[in-house]
Amino acid sequence: MSVEFDQKIHQALADPRLQLAIYTATGRLKQHRISSIAPDILPDYQELRTQANAVKKHAIENLDHYLQEFERNVEAHGGKVIYAKDGEEVADFVLSLAKERGAHLIVKSKSMTTEEVDLNERLEHHGLESVETDLGEYILQLAHERPYHIVAPALHYTRYDVANIFEKRLQVPNETVIEKQTAIARSVLREKFLAADIGISGANFLIADSGAVVIIENEGNARLTTSAPRIHIAVAGIEKVIPRAQDLAVFLKLLARSATGQLLSVYTSFLSGPRRPGEIDGPDEFYVVLLDNGRTKLLPDRGKRQSLYCIRCGACLNTCPVYRKIGGHSFPWVYSGPIGAIITPQFKGVAHEPGLPFASSLCGACGEVCPVKIDIPKILLDLRSEVKKSETREKQNRLEKLAFQVFAWVVTHPRIYELAGRIAASLAPGDGSRWISSVTPAMNIGPVRAWLSQRDLPPPPSKSFRQMWRRR
Amino acid sequence: MARDPILHRIRTALGRSAEQPASDPPPVRLRIPTVPMEARIASMITRIEALAGKAAETADPCGVLAEMLEGKTAVASNAPCLAEWGITSLPGIRSGITDREELRALCATADVGITAADYALADTGSLVMISSPQEARLISLLPPAHIALVPRDRILTGLDELLTVLPDPARVTSSMVLITGPSRTADIEQILVRGVHGPGQIIVWIV
Repeated sequence: MSVEFDQKIHQALADPRLQLAIYTATGRLKQHRISSIAPDILPDYQELRTQANAVKKHAIENLDHYLQEFERNVEAHGGKVIYAKDGEEVADFVLSLAKERGAHLIVKSKSMTTEEVDLNERLEHHGLESVETDLGEYILQLAHERPYHIVAPALHYTRYDVANIFEKRLQVPNETVIEKQTAIARSVLREKFLAADIGISGANFLIADSGAVVIIENEGNARLTTSAPRIHIAVAGIEKVIPRAQDLAVFLKLLARSATGQLLSVYTSFLSGPRRPGEIDGPDEFYVVLLDNGRTKLLPDRGKRQSLYCIRCGACLNTCPVYRKIGGHSFPWVYSGPIGAIITPQFKGVAHEPGLPFASSLCGACGEVCPVKIDIPKILLDLRSEVKKSETREKQNRLEKLAFQVFAWVVTHPRIYELAGRIAASLAPGDGSRWISSVTPAMNIGPVRAWLSQRDLPPPPSKSFRQMWRRR
Repeated sequence: MARDPILHRIRTALGRSAEQPASDPPPVRLRIPTVPMEARIASMITRIEALAGKAAETADPCGVLAEMLEGKTAVASNAPCLAEWGITSLPGIRSGITDREELRALCATADVGITAADYALADTGSLVMISSPQEARLISLLPPAHIALVPRDRILTGLDELLTVLPDPARVTSSMVLITGPSRTADIEQILVRGVHGPGQIIVWIV
């Protein structure tokens, strides 16, 4: 475990106000989820999970096919699909489009994918104004922080924190009434929506057979982002594609329930291409950026591939006894909780934070609540063994290095070399092919044992070449 | 261009070849219950009210709206039924707008947006709004209150029926939105606040 990870965990544990905030918020979300899937309300909950898992599995196993089908259908509706291998390519695309269209102001709706590639920072670095419009994300942007939770990004703040952030960053009076704080954000952001040149959204689902992007939200900011500006850009991970619009019947029933316990979120937008002839409003240009950013690295392994089924509902965070103690900012990357513990090491490499797969009690609660049935505990175990393997490999390397240094020193000093040869020859003669292992059982330990299990040296002759040469 | 390398990486990882068709997908799962219209209407009303919206049946949409809109400004969509019911000729109501900029300016200042709903979903209390020359996106979004009129024969049992009636919404529109209750947030201390970006009030008249 890195020192940083350890420190952050201890900081979170030592903050009683934060502990209470995390515990209450996750507890409430958890309870809402449980009520919304009660057998009298959703009797076929388990069947829906099974179907969701089957559809995601199928989509990922045929990912290239569905991405191309999606692409064809987006284009048939007048939109355009762009592939990006990383955050830089996403930013390059947005920047060049903004330059061509003379755009300066961008409104953004909540998207973990754009958080993942620090899109705002990249755009602002080049002089564009990119404004988060989800209330929680807006507060975080003003405070220069990253999301605390996949679904409730500003979960760690109280109304008093928000009052101070607004006062400092928006030059408004210190307002601690939540309704009034919301009204302040509404009026500031309303101006931005009406003035923005480009709207950037994420996507909850990409629908292959209709070429549509599906966005789910409660505030209306994603609808405004995708309806008010003349240009809409959706940025989505390649794993978001599902085969058919009709599959939404399964996923929509699971997503909102698992996230917040709602039957459906307030707004589910199904968007395909720019506005059609005759339609009064909507964007004139429609782009979908499909992001890899390490996702293809997860595909070869059949077991770990299922990490890509995730629909980002956050249920595993709310139920995880570890997340509920250490909170979101202890995690080393934007994705926190059990899902973060399995995707971060796979996107960033296990060495990024070797302690991460161990930050779990393996109680199994995450796997139980996952609406798409990702076997998170199993993947955590696989990643643990990967961490261990890479650590052992490192240790062996150090030992091997030392051995070769000693060898190099011996062979470059002739007298020592000769002496070593004589000592070697005076030791046990061996059984013909195995020498080191026959010298002393004491050698048969640790890494040497592993080495000897596969190879050994033949015993040295009783007289060395040098000795024979001298007596010639 | 990143497209081909990404698709190539995917195929290599999955052991697939270019242009290889997809394996058979799991069959679509749609379940449409039999629910009589009266029960659908009852469920619609219960669900919307549970979300702090208002919903009721009416035989005189023009009369109820005239009363509700007294002293208010409103933008109405170009749905033919609104004109048929006489709603678009009520005082204070603007309708028949086809210019984007004009519509946006009106919606940004109006007290109320009035639309017809293309469908409604009884089991969740959702309105289905399909963007078209008759229905703009911003009328149900910018004004602080949204009044939707739903012809009763348009109330479906739920999502599964909607996706059976419209297996691919992209064939008919660039934008289909399901609206389930008023705009809301709980981003500060999990306290529910309505009307954060979209309308904080939603009123549904079943005609």
